[in-house]
Amino acid sequence: MKPRILILTGVGINSNRELAESFELAGAEAVSHHISEVEARPELLNEVQGLAFPGGFSYGDHIASGKILGNLVKSKAGHLLQGLKERGTPMIGICNGFQILVKMGWLPQNDDQPVQQASLTHNDSARYENRWVELGVDPAARAKSPWLQGLESFECPVRHGEGKLVLGNDDDLNRLEDAGLVALRYLKDGQPTQEYPHNPNGSWNAIAGLIDPSGLIFGLMPHPEVAIHPHQHPRWSRRGLADTPSTLQLFKNIVEHLKSR
Amino acid sequence: MGLALTLEEMLAIQTYYADEKTKEHRSGLGLPSEPTDVELEALAQTWSEHCKHKIFAATVHYTDEKGESEEIHSLFKTMIHAPTVEIMKRRHDISSVFSDNAGAFHFDEEHDVCIKAETHNSPSALDPYGGAMTGIVGVNRDVLGTGRGFLPIFNTDVFCFGPPNYDGDLPGRLHHPRRIFRGVHRGVKDGGNESGIPTVNGSISFDDRFIGKPLVFCGTGGLAPRNLGDKPIVEKWIHPGDLAIMVGGLIGKDGIHGATFSSEGLSSASPTSAVQIGDPITQKRMTDFLIIARDRQLYNFITDNGAGGLSSSMGEMATECGGLSLDLAKAPLKYAGLAPWEIFLSEAQERMSLAVPPENLQAFLELAESMHVTAAVMGTFTDSGHLDLFYGDEQIASISMDFLHDGLPTLVLPARWNPPKDPEVENDDLPELSLELCKAILSRFNICSKEDWVRQYDHEVQGMSVVKPFCGEKADAPSDAAVLRPSLKHHKGLAVAHGLLPRYSDIDTYHMTCNVMDEAIRSLVASGADPDTALGLDNFCWPDPVKTAANPKGDYKMAQLVRSNQALRDMALATDIPCISGKDSMKNDYVDGDVRISIPPTLLYTAVATLPDVRRAVTVDFKNPGDLIVLLGSTKDELGGSEFYQHLGRTGHQVPQVDPEVAMARYRKVHSAMLAGLICSAHDLSEGGLFVALAESCFGGRVGAHLQWQSELHPLRFLFSESASRLLLSVSPEDLDALRNELEDEPLTIIGEVTESPSLEFLDQKLPLEKLFDAWRTPLQSLE
Repeated sequence: MKPRILILTGVGINSNRELAESFELAGAEAVSHHISEVEARPELLNEVQGLAFPGGFSYGDHIASGKILGNLVKSKAGHLLQGLKERGTPMIGICNGFQILVKMGWLPQNDDQPVQQASLTHNDSARYENRWVELGVDPAARAKSPWLQGLESFECPVRHGEGKLVLGNDDDLNRLEDAGLVALRYLKDGQPTQEYPHNPNGSWNAIAGLIDPSGLIFGLMPHPEVAIHPHQHPRWSRRGLADTPSTLQLFKNIVEHLKSR
Repeated sequence: MGLALTLEEMLAIQTYYADEKTKEHRSGLGLPSEPTDVELEALAQTWSEHCKHKIFAATVHYTDEKGESEEIHSLFKTMIHAPTVEIMKRRHDISSVFSDNAGAFHFDEEHDVCIKAETHNSPSALDPYGGAMTGIVGVNRDVLGTGRGFLPIFNTDVFCFGPPNYDGDLPGRLHHPRRIFRGVHRGVKDGGNESGIPTVNGSISFDDRFIGKPLVFCGTGGLAPRNLGDKPIVEKWIHPGDLAIMVGGLIGKDGIHGATFSSEGLSSASPTSAVQIGDPITQKRMTDFLIIARDRQLYNFITDNGAGGLSSSMGEMATECGGLSLDLAKAPLKYAGLAPWEIFLSEAQERMSLAVPPENLQAFLELAESMHVTAAVMGTFTDSGHLDLFYGDEQIASISMDFLHDGLPTLVLPARWNPPKDPEVENDDLPELSLELCKAILSRFNICSKEDWVRQYDHEVQGMSVVKPFCGEKADAPSDAAVLRPSLKHHKGLAVAHGLLPRYSDIDTYHMTCNVMDEAIRSLVASGADPDTALGLDNFCWPDPVKTAANPKGDYKMAQLVRSNQALRDMALATDIPCISGKDSMKNDYVDGDVRISIPPTLLYTAVATLPDVRRAVTVDFKNPGDLIVLLGSTKDELGGSEFYQHLGRTGHQVPQVDPEVAMARYRKVHSAMLAGLICSAHDLSEGGLFVALAESCFGGRVGAHLQWQSELHPLRFLFSESASRLLLSVSPEDLDALRNELEDEPLTIIGEVTESPSLEFLDQKLPLEKLFDAWRTPLQSLE
């Protein structure tokens, strides 16, 4: 049985098709539903084993990126998501999807009454940019999260204007680090960096992605779903097409995790 | 009223209304014998230059430099449409040309691709952000409204601006080029990014004359299943009784008179209210809905609401079945207070018009509601022969369809060609070859890097990207073409590129056009595409070519238009690469009292082609030290209109000449050498000639080059000539013989070798790459 992943679409989400293709390539069955369809038929959530919030500009990112859809999901489907969480359903949020999870208070920590603990705000460059970055997987998070198994580092593009992860203060940052919830960091020469453009937005501690304490909910600003074929790499014509990008492993990992349950 | 009608057109309208049959018809309906406001507005819109392309349809009396005359009946019919029809007898990959919102062709066994480019010059001059945004989301709708609907998969954008460092006087109403640049860029960026459509190819070109009117070209390609139900996707139809439905955004007062105002020159009286206000998210929502409705075959016909709004879309749809009855009171409005004619003419954005058969109405409306998309049933298509408009119970218009669409008098225009001959620059007057000169060329606005602006476009959404806008070790060398892989079922690719050389028009628009087309095809070939699959789009932006007392050089500009079209015809027939769609914008002048600023005649030629296998795509960056550098094609003393002459403040007259047969033969051989894997890098030679191409290939590879060559030409002419149909290749030494074999009989010169040394070395020069790179990389980094 292929695990079934629900890909949310509509209201300005735009990276859903390539995300569905990535899950399919990794051996899952991807089903895409418009958010209003899920709203009308919440039982759809009971028919899937995983949930994905793709990138895009939900509601045009008016007010703040991910804010409106985040609030909508939280108010209308919060209890349903709690049910999914209790069943151990993996979830992924990419770019705008990550912004939604953070602004709903589902990442990094989440409990029965989620509150927003971090934010993703305007890049230090004050620009939307599309460029490839190198990402390192944090060992503590790797130990916890089925998404990150066996992954050291991978490359994929960022495509955002509001991707700088900030917290209330240094104590909050330290608590986040101590809890091992930092999943990914921007690297330069293999080391986490604050240097532009390697760290494209000025994120604190070079943070590019987070997990929740269960390791099942995973969010990241960069787009792994467009870095799964060798020819998608910006330097493939220099380094060849022999190696399948390790990025695909993210999706394979969760398929394996779901199959083995 | 801003109708932009000529005296002849007004007389034609007078005659129609004075006709006894018209009078009888109108009195029977209780309409006054005089035209109502909405009728007059609808006629002005339908007959506007913007919508009817009167200049391309005109009868032209062309006289050449020898005094020989020729009468041409429609440039479009004779020089664009006829060659395409001729070529379609030999090529069977084309599925729709000129009749729809975009041209379409068969991409693979299962899919058609369509492509269209538009301009949004006048709106962008007045409101750079809003004008440019509605330009890009507008052309997206063209694709969505082609056949029974294509899904947009890529955008292209090409801008022509005044120089951003301009410090002269600005006539009234004109914005500074820097403000236009920033605003237009932001508009296209937001429009494309928020729509989830990657911006994959484009350029920015500068000339003082674009201060008078910036050019904003926005293009879109779409993908659709080849067939839907039992009919090709490109077919659509309307039966009498089908319901006339508008979906998407609401109607407001924005964009009223857009079609008519852009059919006149820009002046201090031009209204900003003619510019629409865009909201890409409303359109994204509508697009999601329409693709599902298409796949469920809920509608028969779809087209977009662009210039002219409902008047244009519904008016044209009515010709499909011979009539329409529409109630404007049913239109969903942003706010109350619009007159019926404003509702009919408004160019408010994000709207499509559809014909839905009655049996599908309920399913259509339910789907729209479930996806939060506004859909309004506004009337019924008929076969009455009339466009009948109502506001509630009151009839407010009834115009004969025949008169509305065919009643327009044909223009007759003079065209007189008198070639200018600016003297060439003598060798003795050429500057010294030096690092400073090379840096100055690389830092010219038309040559320097545009990376900081292009990176702000999402070019990877939808996951199809194979060759991105930038390539090389640090991903900062500009690619010649974009390559996409639209279907995961195979590795067939789609490449898109363009050519644009307005400064060659100062010498001869015939050669400008040949070079523009050659450049587009050459860029495709350099990236790995098969030249025999190429197809083109023509977008003309011209200064007003209608001779009047206020525009005394109109006949010369008309002759330039004739010559450009002659070249387009000759090139198409020689290469078997036809235009499948196009558009023209003919009033690109700023006029205020005695001040007239006219743009240089500009043709954007956008080209698409397929690659049999994207894994054989080639990029511009040099790959390995030790590789041999090959110059393919002949370098001639052709610096007329070149960037180098521009740098010297000169034009010259020896403009590059294209031999299309020679070029195509060369491109076919290059393509087969690429399929054989013999070519490590390829770059087309364009602005700045060999020197600029070499520098960019070095930057890409973060490697140097050592060159030596033999030529009768002065070294500066050899380095900076822009002779056509040339490519810069690199090849591993062990593949050289095989490459020579593939490129037999071609003028192939080994001009040097890729080196590890961080410099470009030739003659007595050793130019540090870092200095060249900085000169090229920084000029447009910020516009503060």
